Amino acid sequence: MSTTTVSQLDKVKDGPWNGGKSPWNLEYGKIMIWFFLVSDAFTFSAFLIYYGAQKFAQPTWIDADKVFQSIPFVTDSGQPLVFVGIMTFILIMSSVTTVLAVDAGHRNQKQEVVKWMMWTILGGLMFLGCQALEWQHLHHQGFWFGRNPATGAEESAIAEILAPYFTKDISYTAALQFSNLFFTITGFHGVHVSIGILLNIIVLSMTLNNTFERRGTYLMVEKVGLYWHFVDLVWVFVFTFFYLV
Amino acid sequence: MSHHNDNVAVGHEQEGMDKKGIWRIFFILLALTALEFLIALGFVHHWGIIQKGMFVNVVYIILTLMKAYYIVAYFMHLKFEKSGFIVTCSVAFIFIIYFIILLLIEGGFLAGALQSHPVYPH
Repeated sequence: MSTTTVSQLDKVKDGPWNGGKSPWNLEYGKIMIWFFLVSDAFTFSAFLIYYGAQKFAQPTWIDADKVFQSIPFVTDSGQPLVFVGIMTFILIMSSVTTVLAVDAGHRNQKQEVVKWMMWTILGGLMFLGCQALEWQHLHHQGFWFGRNPATGAEESAIAEILAPYFTKDISYTAALQFSNLFFTITGFHGVHVSIGILLNIIVLSMTLNNTFERRGTYLMVEKVGLYWHFVDLVWVFVFTFFYLV
Repeated sequence: MSHHNDNVAVGHEQEGMDKKGIWRIFFILLALTALEFLIALGFVHHWGIIQKGMFVNVVYIILTLMKAYYIVAYFMHLKFEKSGFIVTCSVAFIFIIYFIILLLIEGGFLAGALQSHPVYPH
């Protein structure tokens, strides 16, 4: 006569962290790209928070509406936010095409993945082109790393040269800090976009080579997609803090 | 590579986004961006109903954070991951909040210091 009582120790533990299975149900590479993006988010946060601190520390600041008011090939002045609005739309759009590529990858539709990835790459290139025009315009006005339009001018002329960019008091230092931080932060973002385009092209050629079809999963599209969304996410913040606030 | 991951659901969505869902999120993002433009171009710049300042900046930042949420949660699919992973990725951003507070204090000090000891004379 035996009573079979299972002791606590013999009980099979089947929680997510008891071994035998992946507790997050995620593939290694995908976890790693997430951790990379978290650290990259810290870099961009540090840049933008420093920009905020500078703006807060200066008694006056440049008026973004007066610096960014051109639409290349259309008008040189009087249209704030329109061109950057187009850039923002392009980047959000390319984010959508990325999700559509990932979605097609889940259904193992090679042709669809190829189509959406090509749209994504096109969006990225268009964004970079717009940014090049924006940089060129600012550089033409005299903004660049370590200089603003009044750099090198006589002290008595500085206020007059900088007057078009300020609504309140005019400050040489504020214009200089704005210039430095604008080119550093949008430049760093632009490098991310460039790398993203490169990664997208690599993954597109792997798709065309049937690498993922043989592997049985389009997970790599998802990983590059995560990076691409992150680039879009950073732009959302850059747009707010440089152009709106 | 995939044969290392037999116990991971690779290539199959447990739940998440279909095409309709993707376009829904796109239109939300578009609407939020359009709202930002309406405030910036319309209310502030064109009609002059709202002055540039603290209030409108807070509105912009809230709209930005909403956009960030939709991108991270739906496009980057974080909302549909295991809760442990969501916490792991998001809890680190406490340091960013701390950093913002730190640099606002620092900036406030500098604002006073630069008034009495200007770096450049202009």
